[in-house]
Amino acid sequence: MSAPTLIAPAADTAPPRRRGRGRAAGVTGAFWLFVGPFLVGLVIFVYIPIVWSLVLSFSRAQNTVTPGDWIGLQNYLDLLRPGPFLDSLITFTIFAAFIVPLTFALSLGLALLLNGVRIMRAFFRSVYFLPTACSYVVASLVWKLSIFNGVRFGLANTILGWFGVDNIAWLATTSPPWYWLVIVTVRLWLQIGFYMILFLAGLQRISPELYEAAAVDGAKNAWQTFRYITFPQLRATSVAVLLLLLINAYQAFDEFFNLLGNSSFARPPLVYLYYTAQGNQDFGHGTAGAVILALLIMIVTLAQGRIFGFGKAE
Amino acid sequence: MSAPTPTLAESGPETRPETQRRKRRRMTAGGVVVAVLRYLALIASAVLFLLPFYLIVRNALALDTDITAPGWQLFPKQLQWENFTELFTDPSVNIAQALLNSAIIAVLQTAGMLLLCSMAGYGLARIPYRWATPIFYAILVTLMIPPAVTFIPSFIIVSQLHWVDTYQGIIVPVLFSGFTTFLFRQYFLNFPRSLEEAARVDGLGYFGAFWRVVVPNSGAFFAAIAVITFIASWNAFLWPLVIGQDSSMWTVQVALSTFLTAQTINLHELFLAAAVSILPLVLVFVFLQRYLVQGVAETGIKG
Repeated sequence: MSAPTLIAPAADTAPPRRRGRGRAAGVTGAFWLFVGPFLVGLVIFVYIPIVWSLVLSFSRAQNTVTPGDWIGLQNYLDLLRPGPFLDSLITFTIFAAFIVPLTFALSLGLALLLNGVRIMRAFFRSVYFLPTACSYVVASLVWKLSIFNGVRFGLANTILGWFGVDNIAWLATTSPPWYWLVIVTVRLWLQIGFYMILFLAGLQRISPELYEAAAVDGAKNAWQTFRYITFPQLRATSVAVLLLLLINAYQAFDEFFNLLGNSSFARPPLVYLYYTAQGNQDFGHGTAGAVILALLIMIVTLAQGRIFGFGKAE
Repeated sequence: MSAPTPTLAESGPETRPETQRRKRRRMTAGGVVVAVLRYLALIASAVLFLLPFYLIVRNALALDTDITAPGWQLFPKQLQWENFTELFTDPSVNIAQALLNSAIIAVLQTAGMLLLCSMAGYGLARIPYRWATPIFYAILVTLMIPPAVTFIPSFIIVSQLHWVDTYQGIIVPVLFSGFTTFLFRQYFLNFPRSLEEAARVDGLGYFGAFWRVVVPNSGAFFAAIAVITFIASWNAFLWPLVIGQDSSMWTVQVALSTFLTAQTINLHELFLAAAVSILPLVLVFVFLQRYLVQGVAETGIKG
């Protein structure tokens, strides 16, 4: 995923050299030899599906993927009425409100901690990065059956038991909604290391001279150095991390599916669409929902680019 | 505690070396405390990050009665290595097939994506074709739409091709990554042109220059993209779940998820299956971490 505003100008290929027809034909042939197979696949597996689902979203399409039974905007109106689809957007909003700032702060914090040490640095970096090797399925399995198992032998309940606290049914209770703790911590564990690497790379690009200059100019403590040097210098990284976090939270599926299934209290958009299209075979509403989600993501990406001037810094 | 030098402290810039030295000394004094605190925080975090791996190993090599026993056993009294035999001979859990499916899919997907996207990226970066720029923008537009959101449209195409429950249905639609092509293009733009021109003097066309000069000199970048693609492919869940519906086509992630949600098998088998499923990636991490870190730093920032 990337915002196109990041892109360097495209015109940096060499100017066309047309020394006679043979040369130009050679260039054309070579270009299609290199780019052609990719483009054919892109058309078949990206462009056609997008156009097809746009068309299908204006049809009644239950148990079929053939458009034709036109119903105008009805699918969209159904989805935008108070109901499970809007609920799923609310679920996403709550989820993002937790996961985006927490991941941002914790991965930046770890990167700063790690950047300040020399001994065993590679070891710690590997340890924090290791969860990236795990899939959401495996992590959900550990969280559901071991750490946050609702019965007595779960790790969390065992530890609470030492302090005389009763068992908590982590995933099966909505008051209080403990499932959010399970959902948020599993993603934190999986993704903090990844974003920490991004912040580390950003930190290492900051020139040491800036810190020397700051010391001369009277930056008194670590907080001031961070506030006036480190954080502003990390601006490009921070913006990229925020955007990635938001887009990835938006596409949350695996941990919700594996931890909560099709439960109505916390069903993010993709889980709702999965059950609409795969479960009920309702492709009309499914594609309309996909179109709405894609539009929302594009708006968020463009808005964030506008607000932060994405890409201009680089 | 060294005595300060008050007579010089107030005067001009020539005192700077002195004050600086003092400052540095003070920082090293307090620096010890800071370093200790830093390492304590790092160690505490490391314990938390490793905890789930410990739980997987502990439960994988235990009896179910050990797992559910009251109190907490750090490790089962006796490690149950025979759990491996039980897992791989359990007829209701075809974990070997699932691992094989995952391996086939991840390897072919990685190879296919490297081939298609590197060639497309090179063509866009280096071949001065008239329509190269509009085509490049047509590829960039697809980056705006994250693939997970389009799983329903993609499923529709795959079902029209009668590719549901096939390897190609899981592998092929994922190959045409605009993002990976974009990364390759940016990389090739910075590739030293002189090397290719030498190849051109030797009479090689674009094709020869790419395969004999550019690719052999881009090993680290290819490795970085390969490692990231392989991990993403091995851990992918939604798309294999949608396309691999029959149990013979389950990847290891889909199989684990099915056992988890249906709770059809016992705990230690489930955890052992999880352990086996992450083993290949842990090996990748141990041996290829250099490429992985480089790849994440490069692709993540540009993403």
